[in-house]
Amino acid sequence: MAADTLFQRITDYAHRADPYPLYAELRESRVARQEDGSYLVGTYHEIAALLHDPRVSSDRRNRTAPDETGIGEEGLPPAFIGLDDPEHHRLRSLAMWSFGPPHTPGRIDAMHGEITRIVKDLIGGLAGKERIDIVDDFAYPLPVTVICRLLGVPIEDEPQFRQWSDAIVAGIDPSPGEDPAERQRAAAEARKTMALYLGELAGKRRDHPSGDMLSAFATGHGTDGQFTQLEIMTTSVLLLIAGHETTVNLITNGILTLLRHPDQLARLRSDPTLMPLAVEELLRYEPPVQMLPQRTPLADIEISGLTIPKGVPLILMLASGNRDPERFRDPDRFDPAREDNQHLGFGSGIHSCFGAPLARLEAQIALNELIQHLGSPRLVEDPPPYRRSPVLRGPRHLLVEPG
Amino acid sequence: MRGEVRDGRIVIVGASLAGLRAAETLREKGFTGSLTLVGEEPQPPYDRPPLSKQVLLGRVPADRTGLPRRRDVEAQWRLGVRATGLDPIGKRVLLADGEEVPFDRLLIATGTRARPWPNPAEAALDGVFTLRTSDEARRLAERLDAGPRRVLVIGAGFTGSEIASACRERGLAVTVAERGPAPLVGALGGTLGALAAKLQRAHGVDLRCGVTVTALEGDGRLTGAQFSDGTHIDADVAVVALGAIRNTEWLAESGLAAGPRGVTCDAGCRAFDMYGIVTDDVFAAGDIARFPHPLFEYQLLSLEHWGNAVAQAEVAAHNMVNPGPRRLPHLTVPAFWSSQFGLNIKSVGVPTFSDQVVIAQGSLKDARLVAVYGYRGRVTAAVSVNQARSLAYYQRLIETAAPFPPAPGAADQIESPVPVPSDVPDPKLLSHGPTVALTGHMPDRRLTVVQPAR
Amino acid sequence: MNVVVDLNRCQGYAQCAFLAPEVFTMHGEEALLYHPVVPDGQLERVRRAVAACPVQAILMGEEAGAGAR
Repeated sequence: MAADTLFQRITDYAHRADPYPLYAELRESRVARQEDGSYLVGTYHEIAALLHDPRVSSDRRNRTAPDETGIGEEGLPPAFIGLDDPEHHRLRSLAMWSFGPPHTPGRIDAMHGEITRIVKDLIGGLAGKERIDIVDDFAYPLPVTVICRLLGVPIEDEPQFRQWSDAIVAGIDPSPGEDPAERQRAAAEARKTMALYLGELAGKRRDHPSGDMLSAFATGHGTDGQFTQLEIMTTSVLLLIAGHETTVNLITNGILTLLRHPDQLARLRSDPTLMPLAVEELLRYEPPVQMLPQRTPLADIEISGLTIPKGVPLILMLASGNRDPERFRDPDRFDPAREDNQHLGFGSGIHSCFGAPLARLEAQIALNELIQHLGSPRLVEDPPPYRRSPVLRGPRHLLVEPG
Repeated sequence: MRGEVRDGRIVIVGASLAGLRAAETLREKGFTGSLTLVGEEPQPPYDRPPLSKQVLLGRVPADRTGLPRRRDVEAQWRLGVRATGLDPIGKRVLLADGEEVPFDRLLIATGTRARPWPNPAEAALDGVFTLRTSDEARRLAERLDAGPRRVLVIGAGFTGSEIASACRERGLAVTVAERGPAPLVGALGGTLGALAAKLQRAHGVDLRCGVTVTALEGDGRLTGAQFSDGTHIDADVAVVALGAIRNTEWLAESGLAAGPRGVTCDAGCRAFDMYGIVTDDVFAAGDIARFPHPLFEYQLLSLEHWGNAVAQAEVAAHNMVNPGPRRLPHLTVPAFWSSQFGLNIKSVGVPTFSDQVVIAQGSLKDARLVAVYGYRGRVTAAVSVNQARSLAYYQRLIETAAPFPPAPGAADQIESPVPVPSDVPDPKLLSHGPTVALTGHMPDRRLTVVQPAR
Repeated sequence: MNVVVDLNRCQGYAQCAFLAPEVFTMHGEEALLYHPVVPDGQLERVRRAVAACPVQAILMGEEAGAGAR
């Protein structure tokens, strides 16, 4: 298997626990063409430039080679994450209407108390346990509970859409060198089922609005445009999945990183005001979204003396840019008080993470409360077992024993 | 050598944004000598951009825009006293209270003041305002609170347009008078000027272009105004937004190249004397400075930009405490922003340094776009309207002198990809002074020369 | 404590307006308005906003020259 490309090695599950040496290798070539015609970019300044380049599309339908991801097979158009302006902007703004500024500025701030209560309840449930799975017992239920309340999705249905969500995430796994057809068929099916489920729920909310985002999507807000039923479905699927699959990794990676740096854990425990900066550092050091696999140039793009041709798959390795020594001093060091931390953890440009403020608040509260209540826990297994996805990377389980 | 430049007496005249950031940078770079800041206004350094926005909207009191410091500057503050002269031989700054402050090195950062209404009797009418200082903003905001029947804004540059926007947001009747063909046209050219005119009218502004105000009327109190087209309006408030005057009068006897266009300096912020010889102990930064920029054919630029004040102050301070070979050039790409009528307008480069413009992204119809400006086939500026996240891309095109028009391929190129003339008028045709003054050689355009005062 | 935002850097990501909505507000879709003097009780929120700014455009500090009056 000497002919493995760099991207094959990065996506190889064997490297999931520590892909960072491979990213360092990637940065040596800045822009790396793979045998299958795709291009990887791993250096900070090049990634940042491409994230702001209007000629880089997020719509896979612009790829020259037939798209293999199955997205679209289920008859649903892409959600705004997979669209370009002006359509992306229209849909994202409609979704933002009930989520944040300028129309709903206080919503996330007002959730501070509720998130704290959910966190404390979950921590209460850990009492007396000899062994805790940070993922299943804490880091997964928190964001799921929060996103369900925010959207207005009954938490009782959670086991069902957890399966859909798992299937959808498996579908966007870009691992080359294997036949992804079955995964992608299952993902398309799950996305369709989830969309129908959320569409039906939105229909109910239209008649009986309940103050949540789904109700706002369904009832609209007058003259500034409105979602179609199909757009409600694709948007709410996107938000529910994103709420499910990312913050769990941020929190789990956070605890894992702090347990590996006991001095920094002690520092944060004694000075909780440092946590906002520490969460930014976690987003740099162990970003929950490691790469953006779905970009496509709309023209030949010259960067760093190389040309990325129009229509090829373009993969931006955010986690690699975050460790670029040309941008960050001592990049492999975890420094929760790091200054000038303009990381790529939430991407950048027009597609920068929609849910970032919510993820930040959840992670800050969760990590602060957890380190206050956990004593001096021992990591049972290091590295822990990881989830399959090289894109949404994080431990599948993180077992600790409270000290 | 090292000890010498890090020690001694430094005086900064001008205690606003540039003066403050220079003082902080001096300390950061290891300056251990004595530091004096002289400021004409009695307040500590404050931020001016909010004055025409938050303050006029009534959201923030005028005296609550104080600037945060980056670090303690351990300076003697001489606030509320104006500098009246500079003795370059005796190396002293003369103050209005009769005191003299000796220096080894001097930074001139006296900035600008609002250009007053040219008729002093009319300017003295109750209800006639200018807007530059926190005190002026306080008085204007108080008058807007009182609910005037109509506000007249004279001059539709950025400040005038922002004032008109704040008034409309408060529900006040507004007339804007501009001698040029459209609002903002002096800074952004014809295409975006036309958009600005459309927006002002859509927001209920009584916009009158191609006219001048010939008289402000009233007996003690302002009651109305007369226009050059023979029309007349009733108004009880008039805001004179005719641009800025550089505060260089105090340098008249200094022998420096200081005049209405600012204090001429080199790319390292060292001031020239009136014979064009560079000084080594007098520096300039901020709105007052007039400096050559390689991206714009080494023309002398004067920028009334917040970002320029910060960046130039940092370079000036660095160069004041470093010997020759370690000095830095001030090379940052000019940039500014304005918010008005619900829109966020941002600019990089120098839009007036252009012959053509193209809407590279978005659309005029949606008022969400990026306009890219070119001069003789290279990109020289870009202006975004509610699309700031794209601007970094165009800044790089400016920095690398990329060909104009920019490469096609933007997903949201909606308007025609064919450039049109940028239609930047001669500043002489406008009511308000330019916020970017290009004052060098461009034979087919405007030509001016260094004009030392007197 | 006072704040100033470098609005040349600002790209309207609105993270500050989410995290400290009493101090930072979006004026329209992209323009930011803010209170330069941080009210008591908002310090923790503003600290969060400073940390979260994706372009690191917010400076918080003691009022410059305070005491120089």
